[in-house]
Amino acid sequence: MAAIDPLHQFAIEKVVALPPVNIPGLGVIDLSITNSVVAMIIAAVAICLFFAVAGKGQVVPGRTQAVGEAMYGLVDGLTSSMIGHEGKKYFPFVFTLFVFIMTMNLFGLLNFVGVAHMFTPTSQVAVTAALALLTIGLVIVVGFAKNGLSFFKLFVPSGVPAAILPFLVVIEVISFLVRPLTLTLRLFGNMLGGHVVLAIFGSFVAALGAYALSTGGAAYAALIPSVLSFTMVVALTALELIVGFLQAFVFAALACVYLNDVVNLGHGH
Amino acid sequence: MDVHAAKYIGAGLAMLGMIGAGIGLGNLFGSYLQGALRNPSAAAGERPMLFLGMALTEALGIFALVIAFIILFV
Repeated sequence: MAAIDPLHQFAIEKVVALPPVNIPGLGVIDLSITNSVVAMIIAAVAICLFFAVAGKGQVVPGRTQAVGEAMYGLVDGLTSSMIGHEGKKYFPFVFTLFVFIMTMNLFGLLNFVGVAHMFTPTSQVAVTAALALLTIGLVIVVGFAKNGLSFFKLFVPSGVPAAILPFLVVIEVISFLVRPLTLTLRLFGNMLGGHVVLAIFGSFVAALGAYALSTGGAAYAALIPSVLSFTMVVALTALELIVGFLQAFVFAALACVYLNDVVNLGHGH
Repeated sequence: MDVHAAKYIGAGLAMLGMIGAGIGLGNLFGSYLQGALRNPSAAAGERPMLFLGMALTEALGIFALVIAFIILFV
């Protein structure tokens, strides 16, 4: 059996090695261009090109513009239904998050056999943690900018008996602090898990097929699980397409929920 | 017991946490379908909440996965 190394695909490799930079207060940081960075740049450039084509605003939309409009409508529905009439202000941020994450997720499924496989930046905790901290950072900034110190009312649920209020405040604080963690781990775990399962079933196809063809005779029976594994890979790839979109949508939806908490603080929205 | 073997067993046991996430997801989608079939016109409006609940439920299963990875590789 061939060695199965499903985590090899997540290895970070330097594409352009840059000298380490010494940032005061943070220490020495390696800012080399890695395969993860390249994949993110490709995603960003692809998004810019896509909206350069899709954003022409023709009266009768072409196919590209129809996709762009569908994505716009999806996120617009999200912000306006969750945040309310002030949602338009936060639309650009949520839309950027959604499109960027979705593009990274979906590009990660591309594989040019023999040339290169696209790296999935969202399978790195560093990337998802940065996105999650950005979101929570915006929530905190908006919370203080809009509400001042009454931002802390977020942790004090209303209409609660005084006896259990202290416990609830502690729980609310913990649940707020755990938000960036869950945002990070959900995206990371889904991408990592999906790709590992794909790699494992893919290695079944190759290993069992090679075993059957090289041994011959009764070993040809091993072709059956090999073919079954291959159909599994096809089905899982389809599932991963859905998951890639869904996780981006969920990330955007949760960003909206967290923003709604601070934008409509005390309005009982 | 060999530490290496214990690690694998521990990682496998950590994945038991997925049971809860599985039950939760089944419950979630089952309830959504029940509601959606009784009142199809209200189904579309609740879909964002469905995915939100899915994300929150699934996060707990993912935590189990992360613990398993931590046991295996850290």
